[in-house]
Amino acid sequence: MTTSKLDSKIPEGSLEQKWSKYRSTVPLVNPSNKRSLEILIVGSGLAGASAAASLSELGYKVKVFCYQDSARRAHSIAAQGGINAAKNYQNDGDSTYRLFYDTIKGGDYRAREGNVYRLAEVSSSIIDQCVAQGVPFAREYGGLLSNRSFGGTQVQRTFYAAGQTGQQLLLGAYSSLQRQVGSGNVKMYARHEMLDVVNIDGVCRGIIARDLTTGKLERHFGHAVLLCTGGYGNAFYLSTNAMGCNATAIWKAHKKGALFGNPCFTQIHPTCIPVSGDHQSKLTLMSESLRNDGRIWVPKKHEDAKALQENRIKPNDIKEEDRDYYLERRYPAFGNLVPRDVASRAAKERCDAGFGVNKTGEAVFLDFAFNTIRYGTIEANKKGIHNPTEAQLIELGRGVIKEKYGNLFDMYQQITGVNPYEQPMMIYPAVHYTMGGLWVDYNLMTSVSGLYCLGEANFSDHGANRLGASALMQGLADGYFVIPYTIGAYLSKEIGTKPISLDHPAFVEAENAVKSNIDKLFAIKGTHSVDYFHKKLGLIMWNKCGMARNATHLKEAIVEIQELRKQFWSDLRVTGTADEFNAELEKAGRVADFFELGELMCMDALNRQESCGGHFREEYQTEEGEAMRDDENYKYVAAWEYFEGNKWEMHKEDLIYDNIKIAARSYK
Amino acid sequence: MEKHLNLTLKIWRQKNAKAKGNFEAYKMTGISTDMSFLEMFDVLNERLVNDNIDPIAFDHDCREGICGACSMVINGRPHGPKNAITTCQLHMRSFNDGDTITVEPWRASPFPIIKDLVVDRSSFDRIMAAGGFVSTNTGSAQDANCTLISKEAADESLAAAACIGCGACVAACKNASAMLFVSAKVSQFALLPQGQPERKKRVLEMVAQMDTEGFGACTNTGACSAECPKEISLTHIARMNRDYLMAELC
Ligand SMILES: Cc1cc2nc3c(=O)[nH]c(=O)nc-3n(C[C@H](O)[C@H](O)[C@H](O)COP(=O)(O)OP(=O)(O)OC[C@H]3O[C@@H](n4cnc5c(N)ncnc54)[C@H](O)[C@@H]3O)c2cc1C
Ligand code: FES
Repeated sequence: MTTSKLDSKIPEGSLEQKWSKYRSTVPLVNPSNKRSLEILIVGSGLAGASAAASLSELGYKVKVFCYQDSARRAHSIAAQGGINAAKNYQNDGDSTYRLFYDTIKGGDYRAREGNVYRLAEVSSSIIDQCVAQGVPFAREYGGLLSNRSFGGTQVQRTFYAAGQTGQQLLLGAYSSLQRQVGSGNVKMYARHEMLDVVNIDGVCRGIIARDLTTGKLERHFGHAVLLCTGGYGNAFYLSTNAMGCNATAIWKAHKKGALFGNPCFTQIHPTCIPVSGDHQSKLTLMSESLRNDGRIWVPKKHEDAKALQENRIKPNDIKEEDRDYYLERRYPAFGNLVPRDVASRAAKERCDAGFGVNKTGEAVFLDFAFNTIRYGTIEANKKGIHNPTEAQLIELGRGVIKEKYGNLFDMYQQITGVNPYEQPMMIYPAVHYTMGGLWVDYNLMTSVSGLYCLGEANFSDHGANRLGASALMQGLADGYFVIPYTIGAYLSKEIGTKPISLDHPAFVEAENAVKSNIDKLFAIKGTHSVDYFHKKLGLIMWNKCGMARNATHLKEAIVEIQELRKQFWSDLRVTGTADEFNAELEKAGRVADFFELGELMCMDALNRQESCGGHFREEYQTEEGEAMRDDENYKYVAAWEYFEGNKWEMHKEDLIYDNIKIAARSYK
Repeated sequence: MEKHLNLTLKIWRQKNAKAKGNFEAYKMTGISTDMSFLEMFDVLNERLVNDNIDPIAFDHDCREGICGACSMVINGRPHGPKNAITTCQLHMRSFNDGDTITVEPWRASPFPIIKDLVVDRSSFDRIMAAGGFVSTNTGSAQDANCTLISKEAADESLAAAACIGCGACVAACKNASAMLFVSAKVSQFALLPQGQPERKKRVLEMVAQMDTEGFGACTNTGACSAECPKEISLTHIARMNRDYLMAELC
């Protein structure tokens, strides 16, 4: 049963009409009133920057906060591969419905129909908007936009700018944001970290932020607060996230009443550069787009795998017939382009079976040789070269590969010291994206009035597994095209609310609580650094709440996390003081929150006794090792409510499929 | 193959903007050649924390060469000895056993030091706010394929737009000029039809802000482009100069 706390507010009407009808009937705020309504936006990534620019253009007064030294450095900048949109420019059968269907199926039937359909509907306008801003997307010779394929789909709907799509989209949104900053409508607070929300009578009215340069705590009032603070993959310590990515903003909001949706839904990305040693501080993604042209394999024979692990032979020594292209073998219909969760598990399965190809035995090959020759042949034909030599084909083919993926190949070589044009890349799955996040309704409002959550930080559109190139789409959909409408429904009722004094007891109390938490961290005066604890937590999470989970491990993990958390609070050392630039203090606060979130992630994973999307419970699999969903018992969103002392109660939002017939997810 | 190095680091320490700074030396042993330069800093900072010494402050975030946060002058060169990479992409296999490595912050008066190796680059944001955009409100765009853009123009525009705003160009320049940074943005838009309506206004306003921030003049030494991790080309400066002249004339 869906509990009363969880009204998703999906509009009535047919799927196709929900959003258009909503937009035409949502209450509006008149322009002069907008000028006296203040909106606080925490986060300047795709979601935050696009929301800030759009809301400011509408006339609202906006403040934006980010922890980096500039809004342009939000981690959206690192997205490589591309952004989906149902433009059907390739005439290959794409449509709003198909993008909607692929996203629901890709998410393993654990997302809301209404939200996802809206996402597919607005996807097309996102591309229009970005092009208007001067985002230099890849083009065909005729001047039209170019597309590529991504996993989990059979159409080409991904728009891209070389291997730096996120950078270009973010710089587009950042430009629009800076335009508003220049005109005085947005005030930017870079190097500021939000450390709590301020609720008054159950309504969110502001935040407490710390100026990271001076250490000063600040109070800010807003008629509405938008959290656009990105994902929490760093709960695992090692991930493809930036060093500063954190859960603090949404976690503090959670502790003040915002429900947390599906915390255990984590995406493990199949193609990342493997761990090289204990010093490892983060993992680098090799874009999914590489799977368009790279074939994934391991040796068929154990002795070959062993020889590779001991560095006695080179990959190219292994004969074609001795290679196991296991994705093509297991999933002939989608081959190397199966969704991420499927590809990651298949890699783990081969490595666990002893076929890993590097010294740790935790790596598989991503090989471009086959397509290098294929492209070489096409180029040779174009150039009229008859009977080209193999060397010529390789050279021509490498030119094409370089054009498509040059920066990724360079990045790979920098990190590993190996030239991927000559030898296959080695890759292994790594934590990448969190589908879970604050529970939000159709308006993107959390369970706390006036508090919204956008982008990766919310739980909304990707169910149990996100398809590649859909996060950029969602972040920009939320910021450019959803929140500017949905926030009107709330703010139209707020025009009478005068700014609340920053001396209001609720602000004073919230600031004092933040201060005492900081003092508490300094007071421990223990012996171990923050990183020491963070690495330990990460290992528990990766080993017991990672790619494969089971009840025994999850129960153990919960106990281990609780014990480690106790140690953290009794043996942590934070150097320096609170009133200065202090990176150790910043990290300490974030890791303290990861300790609590980590426990909840394990609880959620334990509760969900089925396998779906990125959540794979070993007890629930078919004989061939495929995920086994349980629609009868688990076709719901798990939304967790926090109670004092790390206690939680779960609420269920039933998922209703009126338009899609749910089925086993097959990519065979 | 992995090797291990013993090194001496000489690092700029400065408690805050007002304090006087100085170099401190740190001996490092057994540093794996597979480590990144910043991972070596992690090792050092862990040791400093264990010794109850304030760890070294430095900016970093993505650690994959795209956010533009990291910013160290290593042995006199912004982002270190190798071309076309950022500090976070530098790996220890680029150094030899026994090396002494000097590390300093960006030094330029429009980038005041905040602490140790951390500087304030908000002047770049203000230049962007002065004109680094196409004025288009959300929701008013036409269909994306209505604007045809040649592949060459799109590629060249992207090459300019690849700038990560790290400020290495300024740190490399003896005059602390920001011409490469500004011209990359001016050029990105000048090459596209979307950028035409505001082309003149943009260049005038961005250059005016650049001057207000106190960045120096360009004397064509080219150190900026040579040290740029994204290899932004000097042709963008030439294009901007031309645009600026045209804008001033008419
Ligand atoms: C390496 C990599 C490659 C990817 N490639 C793709 C791709 O090709 N296609 C795709 O669709 N998706 C991709 N993704 C996913 C996608 O990039 C992200 O999901 C998306 O960009 C997140 O955007 P966001 O705006 O929600 O958050 P972010 O861009 O992470 O922004 C978060 C913002 O919140 C701020 N913030 C956080 N906490 C606080 C706090 N406590 N106080 C103040 N400010 C705070 C930060 O400063 C930042 O400004 C990739 C992700 C990674 C890591
Ligand atoms: S840390 Fe992002 S570019 Fe170096």
